[in-house]
Amino acid sequence: MLSESSLFLKGVLLGSVFCVLMTMLGHIKIDYGKRTHHHERHHLQRHHLQAPNKEDILKISEDERTELSKSFRVYCIILVKPKDVRLWAAVKETWAKHCDKAEFFSSENVKVFESVNMETNDIKAYKYAFDKYRDQYNWFFLAHPTTFAIIENLKYFLLKKNSSQPFYLGHTAKSGDLEYVSVGGGIVLSIESIKRLNSLLSIPEKCPEKGRMVREVSEDKQLAVCLKYAGVFAENAEDSKGKDVFNTKSVGIFIREAMTNHPNQVVEGCCSDMAITFNGLTCNQMYVMMYGVYHLRAFGHVFNDVLVFLPVNGSDND
Amino acid sequence: MASKSWLNILTFLCGSAVGFVLCSQLLSILLEEQKDIQPSILHNDPHARHSDDSEQNHLEGQMNFDADASQHKDENTDIAEKLYQKVKILCWVMTGPQNLEKKAKHVKATWAQRCNKVLFMSSEENKDFPAVGLKTREGRDQLYWKTIKAFQYVHDHYLEDADWFMKADDDTYVILDNLRWLLSKYNPEEPIYFGRRFKPYVKQGYMSGGAGYVLSKEALKRFVEAFKTDKCTHSSSIEDLALGRCMEIINVEAGDSRDTTGKETFHPFVPEHHLIKGYLPRTFWYWNYNYYPPVEGPGCCSDLAVSFHYVDPTTMYELEYLVYHLRPYGYLYRYQPALPEKILKEQQNIPPLILNNLH
Repeated sequence: MLSESSLFLKGVLLGSVFCVLMTMLGHIKIDYGKRTHHHERHHLQRHHLQAPNKEDILKISEDERTELSKSFRVYCIILVKPKDVRLWAAVKETWAKHCDKAEFFSSENVKVFESVNMETNDIKAYKYAFDKYRDQYNWFFLAHPTTFAIIENLKYFLLKKNSSQPFYLGHTAKSGDLEYVSVGGGIVLSIESIKRLNSLLSIPEKCPEKGRMVREVSEDKQLAVCLKYAGVFAENAEDSKGKDVFNTKSVGIFIREAMTNHPNQVVEGCCSDMAITFNGLTCNQMYVMMYGVYHLRAFGHVFNDVLVFLPVNGSDND
Repeated sequence: MASKSWLNILTFLCGSAVGFVLCSQLLSILLEEQKDIQPSILHNDPHARHSDDSEQNHLEGQMNFDADASQHKDENTDIAEKLYQKVKILCWVMTGPQNLEKKAKHVKATWAQRCNKVLFMSSEENKDFPAVGLKTREGRDQLYWKTIKAFQYVHDHYLEDADWFMKADDDTYVILDNLRWLLSKYNPEEPIYFGRRFKPYVKQGYMSGGAGYVLSKEALKRFVEAFKTDKCTHSSSIEDLALGRCMEIINVEAGDSRDTTGKETFHPFVPEHHLIKGYLPRTFWYWNYNYYPPVEGPGCCSDLAVSFHYVDPTTMYELEYLVYHLRPYGYLYRYQPALPEKILKEQQNIPPLILNNLH
C-alpha cells in the first residue's frame, strides 16, 4: 500500500512538472506569435484592428511623443475623374492639406489642376507612388474625392503599428471568400504592403497593371486579390468600442439611420469619436466638415492627447 | 508479479494524470489574473472628474457630465463644469403643440440638457413633454406675445435660479459651453443682452430672433417691469425687432457677441450657408442687416460659435456629433481663447496641464 501511494505521488509530481514545462513552452510560443503580429494568421471571419491602448501610450515619454507625431508620414493618393473637378478643388483646399503629401491622379489633364496623368487605377497609382516615394513616406492612403478624411485620426490609429509590417486597412466588405477594403472609405497600405504589391506586378496573371482582370471585378476587389497573393490581408479598422473608423457613408446618412433605428441614442449610436473617413460628401459638405472638425468645438473641454499636430501653414479653413 | 508491475505502472500514470490536471488548473487560474484586460482606449484618467457636492446646486434638467463618460474618459471637463456653476443660464425654447414631437423633441435630446434650467414654451400646456402653456394662440403673429409672456413666466417663477436668460427657437442649435465663455466676462447685474446684432430700425441695433438672444438678469427685470408700466407695449408682431426697440427704451445695452478675433458667434443660418462663399446671394436682405461687416467663407464663424438657426432635426444631431464627439486627435487649434477672469482667480483647483492647453 505504501509503495503504491508513493508511486502515485511520484506520478503526481511528474505530472505537475510536465504540466509546468508545457505551459512555459506554450507561453514562449504565444509571445513570439504576438511579436510577429497576430494578423499573419488568417481566418474566414473579418479581421479587426483596434486603435491604440491608452495605457500603452502613456508609457511613452514626452520627447518620444513628439518624435512619434513626426514619424508618421502619410502620402495621399486621390483618384479623380475629370468630371469631379469641383470635388477635386474642395478636397485640395480642405483635408488633403493635412497629408504629408497629397497627389491627384487623373486620366486626363485638367487645366488649372496639377495632377499625375494615368488611367485611374489604384494599382497603377500605388506602383507610381512606390517608385517615387518609397523612402519618404511610410503610409499610403488612397481615396476618391467624395471622401473626407481626418489625417490626424489616421495617424493616431496607426500609432502602435509598424509600417514594415504588411498592413491593409479600411472599411472591409466580403465578396464570397474575398475580404477587401472598400475604396469608398479609403484604403491604407503600409510601405511593406506596397513593396509586396510592387514585386507582384511583374506577374501579369496575378496582378495586372493595366485594365481589369475580369471586366466586372471592381478595382478595390482586384487590389485585394493582388495583395492576397502577396500575403497581405484586409483588416477592418475599429475603435475600442468596435465602431468603424473608416466610413463609406456620410455623417448625415448615419444620423438619419440612427434616428430610425435607435431614436433615443442617435448621436451615441452614430459614429466613432475618432472617425477617420466619411464618404459621399458634396463640395459644400467638405467645407462644413473642415469647420466642424478643425474649428467648431465646446469651450472648457480639454483633451490630454499624446500626439501633437500643428495646423498647416498658409491655410485659412483649418 | 507481472500484474503487480502493471498495477504499479497504472498507479503511476494515474498519479501523473492527476498531477497534470491539477497543475494546469492552478496555472490557468494564476495566469488569468495577469492576463491583459481587453485593450481599451478609455481608462480612468488621472484627471478624473470629481462628482462633488456642488452637484446639489444643479437645477432640473441638469447637465449630466457623466452621461457620455465611456466615450470621453480622456476628456477633462473641469473648466466646463466650473463655468456651469458660475454662469447659470435658463433657456426657454419657443415651440408649439404641433412641433413638440417634430422639432422640440430633438432640442431636448441634444443641447437643452446643458442649460442650468430649460423650459419649453407653447401656446398650451403639455404635462408630459413637459411644456408651459402661455395661453396665446399659435402663429407667426403671436411670436411677440409669446415672448412677452414667456419672459414674464420665467421672471415670476425662476428669476433667482439663473443669471442669464436665453431665448431660442425649436430650430436653433445652441452650444451652451461657448455661451458661458462669452457671458463669463460680464456681470448679470448689468443691463445688457447678446445675440446676432442687426442694424436697421433700432439705433443701437437689435438681436435676430432665430439665432437666439440672451438677457442678463437686470435686463429681464427691466423688460418685465416695462410692460407693467407701459414703457413697452405689444407694439408689433415682429418679435425680435419689437423686443429690440423695447430694450433701447429701457436702456438695456445691445452687446457685442463677437469673439476676440471679431468673428460672429450667433448665426441666423446653418453653417453651410455662412461657410460657402456665394451661398447667400448678394441681393439677400442679410447683407444689409448685419450690424458688423458680414463675412462669408472661413472667417464667418467663430470656433466658439454659440448658435445656428434653421437647423432641422438631422442637422441638430450632426452638430451635436461635430461639437461634442468627433475631433482631430492631437490637433493644436489655431484659436486658443483665454480662460475667463472669474475662473482664473480660482485656478488652484485646476491642474496646470489643463490651463496650459488653453493658452
